[in-house]
Amino acid sequence: MEKHLKLPLSKIDITDLKAGDMVFLTGEIYTARDAAHKRIFEAIQKNEALPIRIEGTILYYMGPSPARPGRPIGSAGPTTASRMDKYTPVLLEMGLSGMIGKGKRSQEVKLSIMKNEAIYFAAIGGAGALLSKAISNSEVIAYEDLGTEAIRKLWVEDFPVIVVIDTLGNDLYEIGHNVI
Amino acid sequence: MTDTTEKDEVRQISVLEITSQIKEMCIEANHFLSKDMEQAIRKAEEKEESGLAKQILEQLCENMKIAGEEMIPICQDTGMTVIFLEIGQNVHFIDGFLEDAVNEGVRQGYDEGFLRKSVVLHPLERINTNDNTPAIIHYSFVRGNQVRITVAPKGFGSENMSKIFMLKPSDGIEGVKQSVISAVKDAGPNACPPIVVGVGIGGTFERCAFLSKKALLRNLENKTEDPLIKKLETELLDEINQLGIGPGGLGGKTTALAVNIETSPTHIAGLPVAVNICCHVNRHVTRVF
Repeated sequence: MEKHLKLPLSKIDITDLKAGDMVFLTGEIYTARDAAHKRIFEAIQKNEALPIRIEGTILYYMGPSPARPGRPIGSAGPTTASRMDKYTPVLLEMGLSGMIGKGKRSQEVKLSIMKNEAIYFAAIGGAGALLSKAISNSEVIAYEDLGTEAIRKLWVEDFPVIVVIDTLGNDLYEIGHNVI
Repeated sequence: MTDTTEKDEVRQISVLEITSQIKEMCIEANHFLSKDMEQAIRKAEEKEESGLAKQILEQLCENMKIAGEEMIPICQDTGMTVIFLEIGQNVHFIDGFLEDAVNEGVRQGYDEGFLRKSVVLHPLERINTNDNTPAIIHYSFVRGNQVRITVAPKGFGSENMSKIFMLKPSDGIEGVKQSVISAVKDAGPNACPPIVVGVGIGGTFERCAFLSKKALLRNLENKTEDPLIKKLETELLDEINQLGIGPGGLGGKTTALAVNIETSPTHIAGLPVAVNICCHVNRHVTRVF
């Protein structure tokens, strides 16, 4: 099923999504990959203030290439999500709405997605030039010293993603292999 | 015999020339795939039947088009820069140190080409060097007085899914097949399929890993001449494409575009097998001068 959704996603938006749905997202999302996750996780453990609000947010596992002059961003495709698995359940417990990445998630993340009614989307890996066209604004808002791994606020317009893990725990990577 | 005489003559090459070539090659490799890679993706798109698989391959074609026309890197992971330098033994480099010149080319290419800097200086301290250096440089010496440079930026989504197996000689072809298939299965959607599978068989632990990387550089249309290996490549590609992983890992017939195998003499006690997986953005540019 094809859906166009405005961000932030409501609980109903999320529970209505099914593995395999093609979704076009419009609104604000935040980037965070390995190094930013590590810092957020450490800040949570130390009870320090976080640079972004986790509740209701969609995190995009992405570190862009530099923008050419006059452009909002460079190439901007997803990175492998499983490297963030270690940090994800804590964020889901805090109300994270969803994640955009690519590749498999751990069983622990899957269970946490179900428990917290969140969603895991995949964007097409290696299609960074194409995906950059759906990003109209990008602003570094924290951890600037991390370069490409800094946290960025992005404004996306009809950003194309596919639901991989839904709130019932259906996993498109498992379903997909059986379609052949 | 003039040819031989010319090749035997010592030729001076300025390392500044190496810097400038490598700079251009880094930018070219990250925006344009080789013709054979591009063809392979387009052919797969025509063959694929499942709706989603076909759609994803169409988007990969569109992605290549945008990358070339608008000079946006094909993938945001512009890789760790792997460089193969085949140096004619009659070349004499002047104007500086070769390794520095290579890294300077990478530095300039990644800066001027708006490419992502993805290298950390220490694997545990993990501070970004901010210029994508140092490059991984493989030197070899060949006859003559030319230099052949290959720049192959390697993304880590697929690099992370690569594996090495120290098989026993008795494991034979069947063991090799099982190793390759298990690596591809484990990689699944993480390696950004459709993938190219580089396989090294033989040598020592490190030689075999090197060969599996080198195998990724081979033009997909150039088949190996070794009939045993050619058969193995064909059989493995068929088996891999029956796994159903498909483009983006979301199901389909196109899991791999090619299986390229390189072999090397090895020890009586060993059968090393390395599987270096590369995503559909299998980048490499070669220049000879």
